[in-house]
Amino acid sequence: MTTIIEAKHVSVMYGRTVAIDDISFSVKKGDFIGLAGPNGAGKTTLMKAILGLIPVSKGRVMLFGLPQKSFRDYSKIGYLPQKHSGINPLFPATVEEVVLLGLLSSKKSPKLITKTDTDRVDGIIRTLDIGNLKGKMIAELSGGQQQKVMLARALVSDPELLVFDEPSTALDPKARQDFFSLVQKINKEKKITVILITHDTGYIGSYASKLLYIDRKLVHFGKISDMHKPNKTAPYFEKSEHHIIWHQHD
Amino acid sequence: MDIFHLLSYGFIQRAFIAGSFIGVTCASLGMFLVLRKMSLIGDGLSHVSFGAIALGLFLGVYPFLIAVPVAILGSLLILKISEKAKVYGDAAIGIVSAVGIAGGVILASISRGFNTDLFGYLFGNILAITNLEVVFSVALSITVLGVIFYYYWDLFSATFDEEYARTTGINTSFINIILTVLTAVTVVLTVKMVGVMLVSALLVLPAVSALQIAQGFRKGIGYAVIISCVSVIAGILLSFVFDLPTGAIIVMISFLAFILASLRKRFT
Repeated sequence: MTTIIEAKHVSVMYGRTVAIDDISFSVKKGDFIGLAGPNGAGKTTLMKAILGLIPVSKGRVMLFGLPQKSFRDYSKIGYLPQKHSGINPLFPATVEEVVLLGLLSSKKSPKLITKTDTDRVDGIIRTLDIGNLKGKMIAELSGGQQQKVMLARALVSDPELLVFDEPSTALDPKARQDFFSLVQKINKEKKITVILITHDTGYIGSYASKLLYIDRKLVHFGKISDMHKPNKTAPYFEKSEHHIIWHQHD
Repeated sequence: MDIFHLLSYGFIQRAFIAGSFIGVTCASLGMFLVLRKMSLIGDGLSHVSFGAIALGLFLGVYPFLIAVPVAILGSLLILKISEKAKVYGDAAIGIVSAVGIAGGVILASISRGFNTDLFGYLFGNILAITNLEVVFSVALSITVLGVIFYYYWDLFSATFDEEYARTTGINTSFINIILTVLTAVTVVLTVKMVGVMLVSALLVLPAVSALQIAQGFRKGIGYAVIISCVSVIAGILLSFVFDLPTGAIIVMISFLAFILASLRKRFT
C-alpha cells in the first residue's frame, strides 16, 4: 500500500524547548488517523512540521515518497487549519472566493481563475450541500457553515491527503457529529487519507482507523483497540492523570 | 468658471492624470493593508520619505530619485525588525518612522535654503505637479498595479489566512516583501499629492469605506478605487475653486465617503 507520510525520529525545538521528541510513524493511503494527546502535547506542532510549515530540528519526513523539502505538489494536500479566533468579521470574501483559494496550489503566478475552476467550486459546494451559500459573505455564516466552506476549500483540489486541526472546536454537538461523519464518508468513499487532530478523544475513537497518541513523545501508534492492551500504554498512563474515553462502533 | 474652462488648464489636467493613477494604486493596496492590520505602515513610510526627500534636496538630487529607494529600504527594515528583533510590527513602524523624521529634521537644520521646499512636502500640492512628475507617477502606478495583478491571488490568500496560504505553496514571506515594497513606492508617489502628513489617509480611507459596503473582495477593491478616484478628482476641483489646500480637501472628501458608506451599512 502506498505510503503517504513517513516520519522518522522527528524532533522539533523552539529555542531550547523540545516541543516534539523523536516521533516516528507512517501513514498509508486510505488511513484515517486520529492524532490525539493532552493540551500542549505538540499535536499541531507535529503536523505543521510534517507539512513543512515549521522546520524539523532532527529526523526526516517523506511526503508522497519525496523528502519534504523537495515536495512541491501541494494540490495533493488539503488542509483545514485550527481557528480559535474565527474569521476576520471585516473580511469581505464570498464563499466562492474562499473555496477558489484551494485551487491556487496547482497554479503558477499570475494565477488566473478559469471557467473550469469556477465549475469545480460549484461542484464541491453542491456536493457538500452548501451551494446556496456561494455568493454569501464568509464572515456572516454560522460556525458549522464556515467549517463546511473550509472543508470545500480543502477538497476542491481533489487532494490525496486531508489534514484537519481541531475541526470541531467551534461546533455544537450536532454539527460536530455531522462533520465527523462527513469526513469519515469522504475517507471511505474516495479513499482519501485523513489525519484529524483532536483533543476530543471520546469522538475520534468512533471514526478513526488508527490512533497516533502523543505527549511530546510517541505514546501509541496503531489500532485504537490496541490502546487498551495494558502492556502498550500502561507505563505512560500510570504516570499520567490524563483520562481517555474511547468509543468504538463497527 | 465652468468645468470645461477648468479642464483646459494644463496643471488641472496633470493633477487629474497623476491623481487618478495614484488614487487607484492607493485604493488597491489599501484593501490588503487594512485587512492585514498594517494601516499605519503608510504613515511610517511617509515619514521615511520625508527624510529621503530632505536628503535629495540636501544633495541637490531630484528628491523622488532618492525617496523611492530609501522608502523601499525603510519598508524592508520594518519587516526585518519585526521578524528578527522580537518587536511588534507597530513598534517596528514607530522606530523606522521616527528615524526618518529625525534624519529629515537634522538635514533641514544643517542646510541652508531648502527648508521651504522641504516643508512643502509636508502637505503636498498636486496642482504644482510637473510633466516629469506626471510621467513618473503614471509609470510607477502602472508598475505597482501590474505587480498587484500578477500576485493578486497570492496576496488575497496570504491576507485571508497566511498559514493556509503556505500549505498551498505560496511563499508568504516573499508576498509580505512585495506588499511592503509596493507600499513604499506608492507612499512616495502620494507624498506629492497630499503630503507626508496625510498619505496614510489615502491608503486607509477608501479601503475602510469599501469594507462597509462590499460583498466580495474583488468588489471591495472596485468600490475602494471608485471612492478614491471620486475623492481625488472632486478634491482637486473644489480646492481650486475655493482656494483651499488640495491634499486636505481630498482627505475630507474621502472621510465623507466613509461616513456615507457607514450610514449605508447601518440602514440596509
